[in-house]
Amino acid sequence: MAVATINSLRVEIPGGLDVVDGLSLEIGPGEVLALVGESGSGKTTIGTSMLAHARSGARITDGTITIGETEILELAAEPQRALRGKTIAYVPQEPAAALNPSIRIGRQLEEVIFDHERHVSRAQRRARVESALRDVGLPVTDEFISRYPHQLSGGQQQRVTIAMAIILAPRLLVMDEPTTGLDVTTQARILAIVRTLCRDHGIAVLYVTHDLAVVREIADRVIVLYAGRVAESGPVEDVFQQPGHPYTQALLGAVPDISERASLVQIPGRAARPGERPSGCFFHPRCPMRIERCESGEVPTIRLGTAHHACCHRAERVAQSEPRRPAPTRLPKGAEVLLAASRITASHGRTEVLHDVSLTVHERECVALVGESGSGKTTLSQCIIGLHERYTGTVVLRDRPLASSVRERPKDARRAIQYIFQSPYNSLNPRRTVGEIVALPLRVFFGSSHRELHAGVRDALERVGLSAALAAYYPDQLSGGERQRVSIARALVCRPEVLICDEVTSALDVSVQAAIVELLRGLQAENGLSLVFVTHNLALVRNIADEVVVLADGRLVERGDTASVLDAPRDPYTKQLIADTPSIKRVGDITPVS
Amino acid sequence: MTSGLAPVLGEAQRAPGAGFKPVPLWMRILRGSLHLWRVRIGLTLAALVVLLALIGPALAPHSASAFAGIPFAGPSAQAPLGTDALGRDVLSRVLDGGRTVVWMSLAAASFGMVLGTFFALVAGSSRPLVDDAIMRMMDVLLALPVIIFTILFISLLGPKDWLVVLLVGIAHTPQVARTARGVTVEVMQRDFVRAAQALGVARRQILIGEVLPNIITPLAVEFGLRIVWSIAAIAALSFLGYGIQPPAADWGLMINENRTGLATQPWAVIAPVLCIAAFAFAVNLVTEGLARTVAGVDRSTRS
Repeated sequence: MAVATINSLRVEIPGGLDVVDGLSLEIGPGEVLALVGESGSGKTTIGTSMLAHARSGARITDGTITIGETEILELAAEPQRALRGKTIAYVPQEPAAALNPSIRIGRQLEEVIFDHERHVSRAQRRARVESALRDVGLPVTDEFISRYPHQLSGGQQQRVTIAMAIILAPRLLVMDEPTTGLDVTTQARILAIVRTLCRDHGIAVLYVTHDLAVVREIADRVIVLYAGRVAESGPVEDVFQQPGHPYTQALLGAVPDISERASLVQIPGRAARPGERPSGCFFHPRCPMRIERCESGEVPTIRLGTAHHACCHRAERVAQSEPRRPAPTRLPKGAEVLLAASRITASHGRTEVLHDVSLTVHERECVALVGESGSGKTTLSQCIIGLHERYTGTVVLRDRPLASSVRERPKDARRAIQYIFQSPYNSLNPRRTVGEIVALPLRVFFGSSHRELHAGVRDALERVGLSAALAAYYPDQLSGGERQRVSIARALVCRPEVLICDEVTSALDVSVQAAIVELLRGLQAENGLSLVFVTHNLALVRNIADEVVVLADGRLVERGDTASVLDAPRDPYTKQLIADTPSIKRVGDITPVS
Repeated sequence: MTSGLAPVLGEAQRAPGAGFKPVPLWMRILRGSLHLWRVRIGLTLAALVVLLALIGPALAPHSASAFAGIPFAGPSAQAPLGTDALGRDVLSRVLDGGRTVVWMSLAAASFGMVLGTFFALVAGSSRPLVDDAIMRMMDVLLALPVIIFTILFISLLGPKDWLVVLLVGIAHTPQVARTARGVTVEVMQRDFVRAAQALGVARRQILIGEVLPNIITPLAVEFGLRIVWSIAAIAALSFLGYGIQPPAADWGLMINENRTGLATQPWAVIAPVLCIAAFAFAVNLVTEGLARTVAGVDRSTRS
């Protein structure tokens, strides 16, 4: 007997365009169903539909959602509200935004009970709060219960929201990207908790995520979404080993994996948004295996195994094909040291955040700077570029020591080291056109004439794979991936020697990440660039870096050749990090917490 | 991870074909705000008042200083809105008395905006010490009541139009500076400013090229508010006798001159009051509409 069933759900936005259409799914007790897809695929919309809720502007126009015996879309507002939290609970992506910052966590947990069950005594409420906290592996001391959300770490906050969700013993838990933005170690812990909850309490989980490696770790079954439709569904093992939809195959090819170094395969084009969807199979314009039949008409759902289905004319063919993932060629690094930061100790205010860290980058080398949030990796890279001035130690570029502040560095040094920021949504001036943004460094460094500027911008945009016509657009008219390419173009026009990439793909979808990583790799090969690749993602490190530097709490804990560090880590911290990194190749090996 | 709806403006607006001309943000805001009734009404009303002030003198049936009858006479064919305390035609004086209020309030508001924005940009991009020094200076200025402050200087230097504009403008400065500094500090922390700093772009260039375009929309809204304030302040100063001097016609002054006859000839007071109120109300409507559109557009241009 299924806990939750969705039958041909349709969610519309104004104008009659659908975000999701004809979607059906079923979740059994104790089962984890992953809903995976890229931005705009409708996965969050389906998640909130489970609570009979649609975000403002959107409307559920068709279909049924049954939880247990109840058809929830037919209920009035009040009984719907009563179901939320009690029968169906929701865990949001941003725990910090979901918790009230001015109420102690114990009170917030008790309020959930109070809201739904008025007659529970204080002592009972307290007992249930404690048991919920125990379930998520948090301490149950008075001191902890009376903390405010800001006194908890991000992982602890997320565990509190999970405790809030399970405190009334719901039958279904909807989790919307609950570990995005958390460190891998914290993520591993959260995943283990989810597993335990399913096993011990029989809670069914709808796990919404974009991360295929996490799906492999946590889920029993998976549904791959594309443009609001099911592309493929089935048991995780089957889908990952024999994907029957070209989109699934492409996604798997785009994800970097910690276990092997391979080229990341890009998906051409971009996801079809509501209103710009093609006829026939929505994926056909981007599909490498399309045939004439794909371009119009209904797409059949083809059964590939028990419970394994793919919506593709050529599903059987796809399932048998072996995707190509060529190993990337690796350039020999140069002998000369290009950039050396030695004995850097930096502080934010009075707190020392970086202790005596050194880093050397050879010509044509890619050095990965790895660490979790707060490890000091961004601070170190900002010391190198000269944006973080409060440090001791030296930064040397080709035997020439540099001043700590970028303002005091010579023009040539400023030009040679370029920095690409994490979020392309924040690093481009929204009031300037792409052309003006890319032209700025040309004006600063080369004093180019108007015509040279024009040519330089066009050239740079083409080198990063953008149409020169985009120069006239504003950043908000571009997608995330396009924006990140623009920031790379802005760095490239400087003719840099070292490119510092600070988590440049963490705000992007996997298929876009693949494209950006391949672009950087290509630029490195073409121009002999050196890269400092700052990231928390070890799978990416495996795929792009020659050398790894691991930071923990502002200290360097391990450094060495990528293969030797990842295959035979010596430091316990590095070992833990590698063990916690989920892999699309590895079967879920998380042990439930007992 | 943002997902789902395409933004209302922005990416969705981008047509794949050729011939697409990107629309600058301020244009989008202007167009967006024109969909609001409050903006349409406000713009029409403000345009009417300004038009009245500009071409009014040419339409006036009498000279603003000519006597048209006995003092405080009611409406008649000779004087459609009656006469004022000295027997001059109220209609003619209303038509003649708008220019001063309109230009002075616009000039004072503009002056205050420029001064305030300048201090805000400097403060918001300086070391904490300089920042504090500037902003505390603004606080001191803020603590002085506007009317007392202007009256003080006008008593010393005599009532002159430019002096009133200057003083009212200075009185606006701290308010503008506080609003503008807040947004400046926010923009200064964004990555595109850091990116410009990393390129070694000079501070002045960063402030003008990167920061200013990003605070222009809240400043536009502030400008609207400042105009409304200026109208009130300048009308009040005229009323108190520190602004425009008799026998010149001026809406604020008229209220003062004719208030003694409010019971017998209310038109002499009501007409200028209505004009001032209409102008302030109209500017306020436009400001409010702009503010709403900016909020909506900003939401859709982020992420």
